[in-house]
Amino acid sequence: MPSSRELQEKIASALPGADVTVEDLTGGGDHFRAEIVSDRFEGLSRIQQHRLVYDVFGDDIGGAIHALSIKTSTPGSRI
Amino acid sequence: MTNDEIRSFIENAIKENKVMLFMKGVPNQPACGFSARTAGALNALGVQYAALDILPDPRIREELSGLSGWPTIPQLFVDGELVGGSDIVMEMFESGELAELLGAEPPDEPFEPEPQPEPVQRGIGLENRLD
Repeated sequence: MPSSRELQEKIASALPGADVTVEDLTGGGDHFRAEIVSDRFEGLSRIQQHRLVYDVFGDDIGGAIHALSIKTSTPGSRI
Repeated sequence: MTNDEIRSFIENAIKENKVMLFMKGVPNQPACGFSARTAGALNALGVQYAALDILPDPRIREELSGLSGWPTIPQLFVDGELVGGSDIVMEMFESGELAELLGAEPPDEPFEPEPQPEPVQRGIGLENRLD
């Protein structure tokens, strides 16, 4: 069962320099919420930004990770 | 139904419906919180949309994700293009972009998604919502 720390580390290593926060929404290790701030998202549509994150996990999305809620932003757009 | 038939059914549904939502359950009885919120956003805007429940056959989801390259459900398509899953749809709903994309008036008040009911099993079919 994945932990929020494992998810956080995977995303952070795939997107170097990103500010990544992952929360286990249910405590059950299957519903997560990730907030990622990265300059890699610059100039990308929301779809492309979310795809970059989904790609980190491949088939685990919908498998071991039942649900991953994603919020992406760039350092410049952060409030 | 063969996998090819399922795939072409999905392709046609995306092509023939300006606003096409693939979800778990149906709008009146969503079977997942993410699907409930996404259908709720469309309902709050009062737009017409078609919805397809992916639960009756696991191949629907496989073929859909193969087509769209998007791993999760729900998936919202507008004018044949993938708009996103529930996170993107909700962000766009809250920012007013979704209303703009769909040519709808933004609602005056925020909506509360319906409580999540138990999953229901249904046959493959389209539910056209005509308000």
